Parts: sequence; C-alpha cells; structure tokens
Amino acid sequence: MTLELRRMAENRVGRAGMIAIGAIITILAVTGSAFVIAGANPVDAYYAYFITPLTREFTLLEVLNKATPILFTGTAVAIAFRAGYWNIGVEGQLLMGAVAAAGIGQVVEGWPTLLVLPLMIAGGALAGAAWALVPALLRVRMGIDEVVTTLLLNPVALLVVQGLLHGPWKDPETGFPESPRMAEAAEFPQLSEFIPLIGRSRLHLGFIIAIVVIVIAWWVLSRTSTGLRVRAVGLSPHGARFAGIKVERTLLRVALVSGAIAGIAGVSEVAGIQFRLTEGVSPGFGYTGVVVAMLGGLTMPGVLIAGLLLGDLSVGASSAVRSLQIPSQVGDVVQGTLLLVVIGAVAIYRWRTTREDDRPPDEGEPPPDEPEGQAPVETPPT
Amino acid sequence: MTTPGGQGDLAAELCGITKRFGDLVANDAVDLALTRGEVHALLGENGAGKTTLMRILYGLTTADAGIIEVGGSPVSIHSPRDAIAAGVGMVTQHFSLVEPMSVTENVILGRASGARLDLAAARRSVEEAADRFGIVIQPDALVEDLSVGEQQRVEIVKALARDCRVLILDEPTAVLVPQEVDALFETLRRLIDEGLSVVFISHKLGEVRAISDRVSVMRRGRMVGTARGDTDERELARMMVGRPAFGVARQEPLWHDGAARLQVRGLSARGNHGLGALHDIDIEVHAGEIVGVAGVSGNGQTELAEVLSGMRAVTAGSVRVDGAELANAEPLEVMAAGVGRIPEDRHASLVLDLPVSLNLIMERIDDFAPGGRLDRKGIEDHAEELIERYQIKARPNDRVATLSGGNIQKVLLARVLSRDPQVVVVSQPTRGLDVGASEYVREELLARRRDGAAILLMSEDLDELVGLSDRIIVLYEGRVVGRIEAAEADPEHLGMLMAGRGESEGEESAAGAKA
Amino acid sequence: MTFFADIMAATFRNATPLVYGTVGETYTERAGILNLGVEGTMYAGAFFGFAVAYHTGDPWIGLLGAIIVGLMAGALMALMTVTLGANQHVSGLGLTIVLIGISEFANRLMFTGSTLARIEPMPLWDPLAGLGPIGTIANQYGLTYIGFFVVVPISWWVLMKTPLGLSIRAVGENPEAADVAGISVFRIRYIALMIGGALMAVGGAFITLAVLGTFTLDIIAGRGWVVIALVIFGRWRIFRGVLGALIFAAVYSLGLRLHITPGFEGIPNEIMLALPYVIVIVALALSGRNVPYPGAYLKPYRRS
Repeated sequence: MTLELRRMAENRVGRAGMIAIGAIITILAVTGSAFVIAGANPVDAYYAYFITPLTREFTLLEVLNKATPILFTGTAVAIAFRAGYWNIGVEGQLLMGAVAAAGIGQVVEGWPTLLVLPLMIAGGALAGAAWALVPALLRVRMGIDEVVTTLLLNPVALLVVQGLLHGPWKDPETGFPESPRMAEAAEFPQLSEFIPLIGRSRLHLGFIIAIVVIVIAWWVLSRTSTGLRVRAVGLSPHGARFAGIKVERTLLRVALVSGAIAGIAGVSEVAGIQFRLTEGVSPGFGYTGVVVAMLGGLTMPGVLIAGLLLGDLSVGASSAVRSLQIPSQVGDVVQGTLLLVVIGAVAIYRWRTTREDDRPPDEGEPPPDEPEGQAPVETPPT
Repeated sequence: MTTPGGQGDLAAELCGITKRFGDLVANDAVDLALTRGEVHALLGENGAGKTTLMRILYGLTTADAGIIEVGGSPVSIHSPRDAIAAGVGMVTQHFSLVEPMSVTENVILGRASGARLDLAAARRSVEEAADRFGIVIQPDALVEDLSVGEQQRVEIVKALARDCRVLILDEPTAVLVPQEVDALFETLRRLIDEGLSVVFISHKLGEVRAISDRVSVMRRGRMVGTARGDTDERELARMMVGRPAFGVARQEPLWHDGAARLQVRGLSARGNHGLGALHDIDIEVHAGEIVGVAGVSGNGQTELAEVLSGMRAVTAGSVRVDGAELANAEPLEVMAAGVGRIPEDRHASLVLDLPVSLNLIMERIDDFAPGGRLDRKGIEDHAEELIERYQIKARPNDRVATLSGGNIQKVLLARVLSRDPQVVVVSQPTRGLDVGASEYVREELLARRRDGAAILLMSEDLDELVGLSDRIIVLYEGRVVGRIEAAEADPEHLGMLMAGRGESEGEESAAGAKA
Repeated sequence: MTFFADIMAATFRNATPLVYGTVGETYTERAGILNLGVEGTMYAGAFFGFAVAYHTGDPWIGLLGAIIVGLMAGALMALMTVTLGANQHVSGLGLTIVLIGISEFANRLMFTGSTLARIEPMPLWDPLAGLGPIGTIANQYGLTYIGFFVVVPISWWVLMKTPLGLSIRAVGENPEAADVAGISVFRIRYIALMIGGALMAVGGAFITLAVLGTFTLDIIAGRGWVVIALVIFGRWRIFRGVLGALIFAAVYSLGLRLHITPGFEGIPNEIMLALPYVIVIVALALSGRNVPYPGAYLKPYRRS
C-alpha cells in the first residue's frame, strides 16, 4: 500500500490527485467541525449549504444574484494581482462606484433609461478608477507599497459614504442614514422582464454585465498584446522592463482598470438591488473578491467558477440559518478555510514540482530568485 | 578506500557520493579522500560537479547515496549546522554575509547563544582568530562597506571561528585580482601549517598547480582521478576535458576603418547604494571589433552594461549609437537604435514562467500582434525557426524556467541576435555554461563581429576576454584605468590595472587615440 | 490645559493596541514576512481574550487566552508562508478572514441574548492621581504601562542585543547567509511570527479587556491595517514604529475631541475620523522611495 502511494507521489498527476484529496479532507474536517459545534448534522449542513440553493429556481437565481458583486470584485482583484499589483482597496473603490451611482441616480429623474444606464456605469467606473489613482501613482512614481495605501483608503471610503448619508444625502422622508431612492430610470432592469425563461427574482442586469466583463478580461489577458504585457510584468517585472515593456505605465493602467471594475460592482449593487445608497451596501465584497480571485487561481474562468461557488455558499448559508439554526458566520468560516486550504494545497504542489525540476547549481551563477518574491520597490531609471 | 599519494590521517572522506537533479547526474559515485594538513584542489570545468559535491559535504544538499566520514568517523550531514558541528566550514562563491550588519555580528551569527549578545567578547574572539591566521580585518566595519577581498576574509574568519578542521573554498579567486590571490594563498599556507585541511574548488589550472598538494579532477559528474599538485598542466587539462586543452584563439583585427558605432563620453552613473559607480567613462567601439571590458566584479562593469541597456540612469555624459543619444533612454529606445543586449543576469532578464515562444518575441510584441491580437501561429512558427537556428534544446511551449542554463542563454541570444543588431552589449556570456555551450556562444559573437557589428564585451573570464577582444579597457572603481591592444595584454599587467595599480602604457601605443 | 492633558491621555490609550501590533508586526517583517493577518489576529485576540475572561472571571487569565490565540495564529501563518511557501499577501488576508469568521461565529454561539455580555474590565492605574494634568495623563490602564515601559524596551533589546534578535534580523536580510551559518531559517521565522501574533492579540485584547469590558463586532475597525503602514513608517525599527503609533493616535484623539469643541462642530465627524488614515498615507508618501525594506522581504526561503 505504501509502495503504491509512493509511486503515485512520484507521478505528477497522481501527486496532484493526492494533494487535492488531502485538501478536501482538511476542508471537510474543519468545516464539519464547525457545523458540529454549531449543533447541526454535518451532512445536512453541507447539503443545505451547497446543494439546496441549486434545487429551486428562485434560490438558483439568487445564487447568481449573490455572485454578481463578487464576480466583479474577483475580476478586479485577479487582473491586478496578475500584474503583481496588490490592489486590496477594491472595497473602497466599490463604495465610490456606489456613491457615483447613487449620486447620478438622484438627478436623472425623467431621463431616458438608455441614456442613464451607460452614464451611471461610466460614472461608477470613473469613480472607482479615481479612488485607485492615488495609491497607483504613489506606487509608480515613488515605489510606495500599494498594499498599505489601497488598504488604508477602504475605511476612508466608508467614512465618505457615512458622511454623505448622515449629511447631504440623508433621506429627508425617513431621516435614516440612507439616500433617497434613486430615479426609476436609473434602476437596472430585472432580467425576468427580458428573458421569459427566468422566473421572478432579483436577478438584474448587473449579472449580465459581470459576465461580459469577465469574458472581455479573459480575452484581453490571454489573447492580446496588452494582456501579454500585463502577464509579463506580473511574472517578472525586471524581465519585462528589460524587454522594453513600460512597466510603470502597465501597472498604472491595470490599477485604474481594476478600480473601474470595482466601481461598476458598486453601481451594480446600488442600481440593481438597493436602489439607494446605504452604509451596508458592501458587506465585504471587496475582500471576498480577493478570496474569489485566489480560489480561481487568478484566471478568469477560475474567477467565474469561484464566484458562483461562493454565491452558492452565501445563499446556502443564509437559508441554513433558518432551516438548521446554523449561525451565518459559519459561512465566513467555510469561506476562509476554503481559501487557506486551497492556497496551502497549491503551495505544496508547486513546492514538490519545483524540487523535482531542481536544476543543479549552475556553477558560477547565483540561484534564481523565486518568481513570487516581489520586492515592492523597483528602482525605475529616472 | 585509499587515494594514491595521500599521507597521514584522513581529515575527511567521501565514498560513493551520488546526486541526481531530475535526469541530470551531478555526482556519480564520487570518492574523495582528504588528508590532514593539505591543500586539496578540486578541479574541473563548469558543470563537472565540484560545487555539488562540496555542497553535500557542507549540508546544503543531501546526496542520494554515499557515505561521509569526518575525522575517521561516519557523520550524517543534512544541514550546515551538522557540517559545522562536524568541523566542516565553507566559503561559498557568493558570500553568505548579511550586508547591513558588522563583521563581528556576521562572524557570531548562529554561534552566539544565551540571553545576552556579548559583542565585546565576540569582537575579541574575532580579532584572535584573525591574528592566529594572519588575517587582517576590522571587526566593527559594516560588511556592505568592505571590498570583495575583505569580505572574503570575513567569510574565512567566520569558518575559522567555528573551529573547522576542513575548510572548503568554492572558486575563491573568481573575484580577486592577482595580488589578492597571492595574499589568499599565503593565508591558506598558514592554515595548513596549523593542521587544517583545505579543499579548493577551481577551474583554473595555473592556480591549482601553484597552491595545491594534491588535485582531484572531476568531469561530467565523475571523479576522474587524483594526482599530485605539481602534475604537468597538460596532463591535468587532459583529465579535465578529456582532450588536450584548447585555448581561445586570438583574433586578428578585421576592420581597420570601421566606423565608430558606439560612443560613450564622460559617462557617470550611480550604483544601487546611491554612490558613484561610474566616473567619466570614455569608450568607442567600431564596426567589426570586439572591445572587452576587464575588471574585477564590483568595479562598474555591471552598471556600465545596465546604462547601455537602458536599465540605469546616468548622472552625466552621453551615449551615442550611430549618432542617436541614448543616455537615460528606455530599453525600447535602446533597442530601436539597433542595440542588442545580452545581460548578465539571464534569469531576471527573461520571464521564466512564460514559454520559450513568448520570451522570444518579448522585445517586439507588437510585431506579432496585429491590431492588438496575438498572432499565436506566427509566434510559434517564429519560435520553431529560432529553435532550429540556434540549436535550442526546447519546444516552443516549454516554460523557460525548465531549461538548462545553456539553453536559457541560447534563448537570450536567439532573441537578441536574430534581429541583427549593429551594436551588441554583452555581459558574462558564458558564466555557468558548460564547455559546449560556451564554445557556441563565443562562436556566435565572433560571427557577429565578422558581419560588422560593434561589440562591447564584459567578462570576468580573462582568458575569454583576451581571446575574443580586439582591444581591452580596464575598469577600476568605475574609471577607465587602462586601454590595451588584446594582442599585447598579459595577465600580470591586466591584474595590476584591475587592482588599480598604475596607468596603462598601452595608451601611447598605436591604433586609435581614443580606445 | 485640561484639553491638552485629555488629548495626551487619550493618545496613550488609543495608541496602546497600535503599539503592541506594530511591535509584533515589526518582528514578523524583520524576519522577512509580511503578515496581513494582523487585523484578524487582533480581532481574535480581542474576542477570545474577552471570552476567556468572561468564563473565568479574571481579565488577566483572559489576556493569557488571547496570547495563546495569538501564538496559534502566528503559527498558522508560519505554516502557510514558511513551511508551504504560499503567497504571503493572500495567506495573510485569508488568515484575517478566517480569524474574524471564527471569532464572530464563536461570539454568536457563546453570547447571544438581549443583554450585552460584560466583564469587570482591567482597572486603571492612577499613580499620579491629583497631580493636575500630569496626573490625568498618567491615568492609564495596566496594559498601557506594561506596553510602553516593559514590552517596547524589552522588544527593542531582544531584537538588537540578543542572539535571537540577531538571527531574526539576519533571516530577514539574507536567509541564505543565515542558513549557511547554521541558523534554522524556518525555526526563526516561526518564532518571529508567533511572537508577533501574541503581541498583536494582546493589542486586540486590550480593547475588550481594559477599555470596553465587552466585545462588539468590528471592534478592531481597521487598526490592523494601520499597523502595517506604521511598520513601514517606522522603517522596521521598534522605537520609530512606536512613535508612528503615537502620532496616529494623537491625530485620532484630536479628531474625536475637536468634533465636540465649540467652533469645530461644522466639520463633519467623518472628516476627522478619516484624517489619521490620510495622514499616514501622506507620511508614507513623504518618506519617499527607496525605503530600506528587509532584504528578504516577501521572499519565501527554499534551500536550493
């Protein structure tokens, strides 16, 4: 038995299989324990979390609905990370997009929808990109680590939202810290109105836009010269620069595009679900986007699958609150565990394969740097 | 297991050491016996397996098979810690020093224990160890402020402070000028007088014969044999390469009236630490000639190559290629001016995780992306063409990271030379390559020269430099301190220039006032 | 004058979690690892410290509980980034997500009900009571005193003057050199991460065990992210990082008080609250490029 395991470990496919099995076991162990602690039968819990949402049309559509914002943010994060730009400010960029949408939505009473929708989307993209601009410039011009700067702008964005909602945008009718409802023209149409096959649900135009964005992102990354440059910069900034690629320009563009997509996520939430701006417009969609991007291996097809998976998880978790009395926080535990185990498993897989491909020390040459180690400060020739 | 010629007790013995890296057998059942109080050279070409063998002895790698004995008893060495405990010390080719820390801190690194760091006592012990072996160092200096030779001394003191009985030196003279080499050899003699054993890894015949008591020769992972240190050079060479040593033939100047294609005037630039690395450099390279830049590593060759590649800014001066000003230009502009760049650090200058085909077009992506869309068929065809032309052992879709050093270099060569650059800036082209690959690279450079390219060659391999160049300039501390015709160059003179002693007499000699 | 004394007192109090966190993260980053799990570790420290204190009735035992949780969090991060060599940014973020998730989950399980669970918070130490403004400033919690007068100096001393600190710094600058010198890079990084985790957890627990006496959601409110910035601002030096923490806390405290000061009411509260973050970003921008990152920052170590 052990001999067979060893032989399997030597074979690359076998090894991937073994690691995958190990990962699944770990996930089941940790999450299963969480379910048990919460006082539920693990099997029932898994079923409720993952399968039940897919069984009814309404919940299935809600899965797509819940997936929509994180498909956007996952794409935004994945694009940035692929370039080696650690944009963790997606949360704040989303909020600014939401602000833009709510703002536009309040002044377009009576305008034609066909004019308002593109206007809102453009406005949200612009707002998100603008919020991403300062950290990007600091990185590109001064080599300042964008992890910190993008991260710090998230609470600031939330404060902007709160400032608006407690101040000039406070709903005069209710007095609550939420904006007045936006003009009808600004609302994203429900898909059920357009596509006869879909029953009544909250699924809205945002989902379609998200899919379109993912497809475009996939196309650009894998099939265009721009995408090649982005990938090269992410994999080897020095090698890219040496070959003539303008690294700083690429990073700046990626940062802005990432911010723009996050902004559109904000527009989607406001114009598709909430129809107004509230403090809770984003319960961490930006950070979940990071999870989606990583689970998806930073690829667009991966982001799609991971986004749908987490959407499924989200719906399942909230229904399980009622049906099995499992607190919704378990959903976060499942999500976080999924992420850590997947990253760990990928790392193990890469570690083993690198050791096999180990080249002998080229006598006279320094050992190559791990491609992943990215020193944030590149000294550009200025 | 006795090796002919050894006398006295064995300081260490390696029996049947075997090590594989994937398909490559780096060490194949290698035996080595080291007696006490001897300098034992480990000789071989690049890729012979010498470094691997010693890394196994020092615990940086573990052998797949074989036994190690130190001081007569078998030991199990799986980490440098084990090796140090067994009395083995090693000075690696690339120093293992923490630059921002002081000499003393580096020496006591990993040795100090307990709650308090007694720097005063440590300083004293460093001075003692240095005195005992006649080594001069300043305990409180920061390592990053020391010269390469001084840093090497720190490394040796580090090993000695750990009471090693066996000291391994991996290509220690690669970074030293001839005068520093003498000083090192003097130190080694003092060490063996005190009963230590020294293993001296090298690929340089002359030095090996000068310092060693015995020489073990490796070739392609196998131990060919052990001989006395004063064995005839040709015999050693034969053991090393399996045929009479070949030299790199001197070149006859080709184009006497070639136009000056690369003109560097008054070039100054800063290094990574913000200090001046290049000072007022003047260089001219004409069509059809190779100008070699000699100099010990760290005296400005790297920075010079970076400036000419568009990877480093200048603080003063100009760089002209066929009249176009390229100082502070970006890589794209440099390439557009017709300059081909073969960089020193090949791993960093390619995108290792992308396939060969994409790396080959990386310098001209837009040529293969009409309307922004990548022409995948065109890219693959292009790759296959270059793979054949440059004999690259790889498929278009292989990730560059999986290629051997030689093939990676060929990818770089192919990418650059296939565009027929009129000016070529090349750094350390054969570093770490085996004999076959090195020959190939040198032939390519000579072919370019015949075709009229102006080539600036930076190489730490003096034999290669002298053999390939028409003219040689010497850099010392960022300044040009000598210009010589290659035909008139000799190691002594070059060594002196490289060590900063004396201006070149070659400046008065014929053929072009400004070299 | 009392205004000034109040601000100073509030500064030290508000700086305390940041100081613990910054010292902890400094250790971690000096060893070469960026630990974005600070936010989650502080959160978990806050919650589990509170939970243990609640069930045992003693806040100091609660503190012990927080320390243990911090050690475990550091070890988990080490497992991901050191042993497995996974991407540090993502591992850290994942850790934060997991720890916050587990904490909120446990909170939901243990503390449901209409009444807010409370404990008897740690007492204030008031050694200079009655001595006017100095007395006001000196009126701090035990953990604040311990933090500034014990933890900070000892941390500095350990990092700069002991073999362990030397090893940590070496591992962060040049792990190959440390390895060749016989130091176990893995072991040292584990230690640095665990020390860091413990300190971060204490920083979080300070809020629940001393200041509030209870646990609420979003209790850390982004302080963990600020810590990351403060470490960079502090150039990975303990004292400079502490200075940064004090500056941030001062601006924060000032902002809170200014809002209720006559003449300043017009300015929206939110701007005041946002000010510290903006100032940190400006400080980072001003400190310029070529910040001396530890040589091995973000590079996982594999003996090649």
